[in-house]
Amino acid sequence: MTTLLIAEHDHETLKDSTNKALTAASQLGGDVHVLVAGGGQGTKAAAEAAAKLAGVTKVLVAEGPAYEHDLAEPLAALIVALAPNYDAFVAPATSRFKNVMPRVAALLDVMQVSEIVKVVAPDTFERPIYAGNAIQTVKSKDAKKVITVRTSTFAAAGEGGSAAIENAASAADPGLSSFVGEEVAKSDRPELTSAKIIVSGGRAMQSRENFAKYIEPLADKLGAGVGASRAAVDAGYAPNDWQVGQTGKVVAPELYVAVGISGAIQHLAGMKDSKVIVAINKDEDAPIFQVADYGLVADLYQAVPELTEALGKLGK
Amino acid sequence: MKVLVPVKRVVDYNVKVRVKSDGTGVELANVKMSMNPFDEIAVEEALRLKEAGKATEVVVVSIGPAQASETIRTALAMGADRGILVKAEGNVEPLAVAKILKAVVDAEQPGLVILGKQAIDDDSNQTGQMLAALLGWSQATFASKLEVEGSDFKVTREVDGGLQTIKLKGPAIVTTDLRLNEPRYASLPNIMKAKKKPIDDKSVADYGVDVTPRLEVLKTAEPAGRKAGVKVKDVAELVNKLKTEAGVL
Repeated sequence: MTTLLIAEHDHETLKDSTNKALTAASQLGGDVHVLVAGGGQGTKAAAEAAAKLAGVTKVLVAEGPAYEHDLAEPLAALIVALAPNYDAFVAPATSRFKNVMPRVAALLDVMQVSEIVKVVAPDTFERPIYAGNAIQTVKSKDAKKVITVRTSTFAAAGEGGSAAIENAASAADPGLSSFVGEEVAKSDRPELTSAKIIVSGGRAMQSRENFAKYIEPLADKLGAGVGASRAAVDAGYAPNDWQVGQTGKVVAPELYVAVGISGAIQHLAGMKDSKVIVAINKDEDAPIFQVADYGLVADLYQAVPELTEALGKLGK
Repeated sequence: MKVLVPVKRVVDYNVKVRVKSDGTGVELANVKMSMNPFDEIAVEEALRLKEAGKATEVVVVSIGPAQASETIRTALAMGADRGILVKAEGNVEPLAVAKILKAVVDAEQPGLVILGKQAIDDDSNQTGQMLAALLGWSQATFASKLEVEGSDFKVTREVDGGLQTIKLKGPAIVTTDLRLNEPRYASLPNIMKAKKKPIDDKSVADYGVDVTPRLEVLKTAEPAGRKAGVKVKDVAELVNKLKTEAGVL
């Protein structure tokens, strides 16, 4: 069997989520080819990076304006055009592929297996349901498999391959949607889904200014990514792409520091696989303490600056 | 323009679900059920389009057991015009739901279908995209803003890096994210009025769709537990533990 892994990239560099999804794709047991679809020059660089990944035997490149802005219809059409050569289609469960892969699955008349956390057998997978409060083991009876991968539970595949790079056969753009614009925050901080440390703030932060004043300096001291609870995002204290939880990003860093986050089920769903969890909250009964390795019952407006300072003394 | 809004009856988001001890699923007996929260946002958005004069009729459809009519009534009480209940027993997967919805769309001819981006029970996040594929329509998932431009749409989407705005050729599929709107509560007079609104009773057989599951559920288990750790007394102790015990600094 042959698996097609669809690469996540930002049209310049290959994203870490591709390496993680590759680990899942390799566990299916067959050859793994990688599709890099994008617009502009950066696509080539991303393809070259994909060709170096261990376990990849071929890289297909599709470069064109239709793939520049991650529109679902042309990318789905491209994957479907390649489908006769493949038995399985794997992609990381990023917003791009959550958008595209179900469209591919329906066009192939396949029931997608969403956000797998474990490959049990080439046709059997574990996936979380009910915000991670239950884990379902499902066996796909479809001839072709369409799978998205929850990357936080798979280790990143390393380099060591030297796959051939070919141009992918093109597919017609259905021309149903077009790109208007985007607001993408440029940040020097690590991205949430690949950060080793994350500092998150909740509703108790009370304002966007307090995020900047308390959470961000602590994050920068730790070289951490910045996250937020849904409550904080809904209140406008933090942008939507910071949201960690059932419907936001699912993360599993080495260290997760939850500041002023009560710990709703929906938030825990996004971070409870973190290796070490620290909670700072003045409510000692907050549910976050039930999952925290280290809990500090304190006023965050005192404790967080103190922590930032203490880390500074450690040479952080 | 007619707007179609599919709604799903799910375990209420406040309920902490329990896995059955025999591993056959989660406990659903005597559990509070509600409309999927993302579908409430979809209903609300459709109603706002109607109130703004952009939509003429809001039709709600649910696929599920007889009790799903309660979910439809909730949408009617919010202000939707009429409902369609497609009775189906057991687990109907997103692909089958999308096929049934395609048949409903073929019959109803809406200019826009608004769906929740995912149901909070199976967390699949597939149905809207699949429906768009089957219809050959444009799609905008994870919408935080929706504008009607004639028969086309401009949609702002919540994506990993921030926000993306795209234009869709109508008819189109839009799936809702959390920040699209805040759904209204149904007022008592509207709840009373909703009792008189029509609900069309259908069954899966009426649409000739094969709903045999493609995914066989082998088992359902509790996730690996996580034990509460220790409380530290101050920042100094926290830093010390992180450094020496956890080794993450």
